[in-house]
Amino acid sequence: MSAHDHGHDHDHGDHHHDNHFTDMEARVKALETVLTEKGLIDLAAIDAIVETYETKIGPRNGARVVAKAWVDPDFAEWLKRDATAAIASLGYTGRQGEHMRAVFNTADTHNLVVCTLCSCYPWSVLGLPPVWYKAPPYRSRAVIDPRGVLAEFGLTLSEDRRIRVWDSTAELRYLVVPERPAGTDGLSEEELADLVTRDSMIGTGLALSPETQR
Amino acid sequence: MNGPHDLGGQHGLGPVAPETNEPYFHAEWEKRALGVTLSCGAFGAWTIDESRHARECLPPATYLSASYYEIWTRALEALLKRHGFVTQAELDGGHMLEKGAEPKRVLKADMVPAALAKGGPCDRPVDARPRFVVGERVRTKNFNPTTHTRLPRYARAKVGTIEAVQGSFVFPDDNAHGRGENAQWLYTVVFDGDEIWGEGADPTLIVSIDAWESYLEHL
Repeated sequence: MSAHDHGHDHDHGDHHHDNHFTDMEARVKALETVLTEKGLIDLAAIDAIVETYETKIGPRNGARVVAKAWVDPDFAEWLKRDATAAIASLGYTGRQGEHMRAVFNTADTHNLVVCTLCSCYPWSVLGLPPVWYKAPPYRSRAVIDPRGVLAEFGLTLSEDRRIRVWDSTAELRYLVVPERPAGTDGLSEEELADLVTRDSMIGTGLALSPETQR
Repeated sequence: MNGPHDLGGQHGLGPVAPETNEPYFHAEWEKRALGVTLSCGAFGAWTIDESRHARECLPPATYLSASYYEIWTRALEALLKRHGFVTQAELDGGHMLEKGAEPKRVLKADMVPAALAKGGPCDRPVDARPRFVVGERVRTKNFNPTTHTRLPRYARAKVGTIEAVQGSFVFPDDNAHGRGENAQWLYTVVFDGDEIWGEGADPTLIVSIDAWESYLEHL
């Protein structure tokens, strides 16, 4: 398969499972029905879970953490020392964010996060992971060919920049703090948060500059 | 186990193909799969480690061709059967045939915010002092257990440096198999790309893993 025959149609966005699409619909429906008949699941609870991750918990959380770290050196220091507590102080806690670590990009080092063994991802600050993060191509290549992977995201780093890949093999969840873009001196924390993309907090992107954002 | 999940360094799996403006879900069933999986996790019948192991036990061809919500769903079916909540006949027929096991709790809508906010912390105190110190050179174990482990194949029998002692955590290799939490010290261990990949490795690459103490040996 090539990048070009992969359509970006939202109904078939994941090229790994188009053939399973209706199978899975039926399979999940059967599972849900059996569990409901047994009183083991509450459909309203499922709706509440979905709504939480569609509307309440997403990359905006992480963007606020990063923006605060950019403007507040004490917060940045706290984030470095105890990310779980510093992030919790902004109200972001919970599932798949119980044990947080923040890793800071510098002029010398670019950080990239992967989970080669499953799909570990900091849900409390980034929400649900994108399909590519959980799929075999990213998981296989991020640790051996990070520059090749970054190129597919349109990111080319200078050849002397160190690339530090964090394989999330345990229960620590990593948030990349990208470098603050130039030309952002006068911006408010909320405006800065607009520059912090999800990918920049995984390491597959950089924070936007105010020009590119417009 | 050396299963299909242990992907680090494999070739031939294709381009990453990031999707522009990717939606949270690509189909309605994915939403239900997420909600059902989390709801069943709340039964308290299995641990996150057992559920990870159920996913990696899927047949390789299935695992590699499935989306992650499909992997979750198939593994959930296995867990529900193993723990007596449903039977294969029920899944095949799509309806309840018998009562089945009783969970410790059923997740109701009003419990969802607190349950998601609490999560499932897995740090646990241990009595022993850490055996390794920051800056120490260590070698990772060479082993090939057929059971659950979080030491990826690419990082076995490699020499690295302890970068941080991260606290003590439930040991998944035991916990996945009902052998208890048996918490151990956890370390971030960094390796030069060259140590991991040898000839042709990116000279600017550093890879780290988080390794439980029993994965490591003094040099």
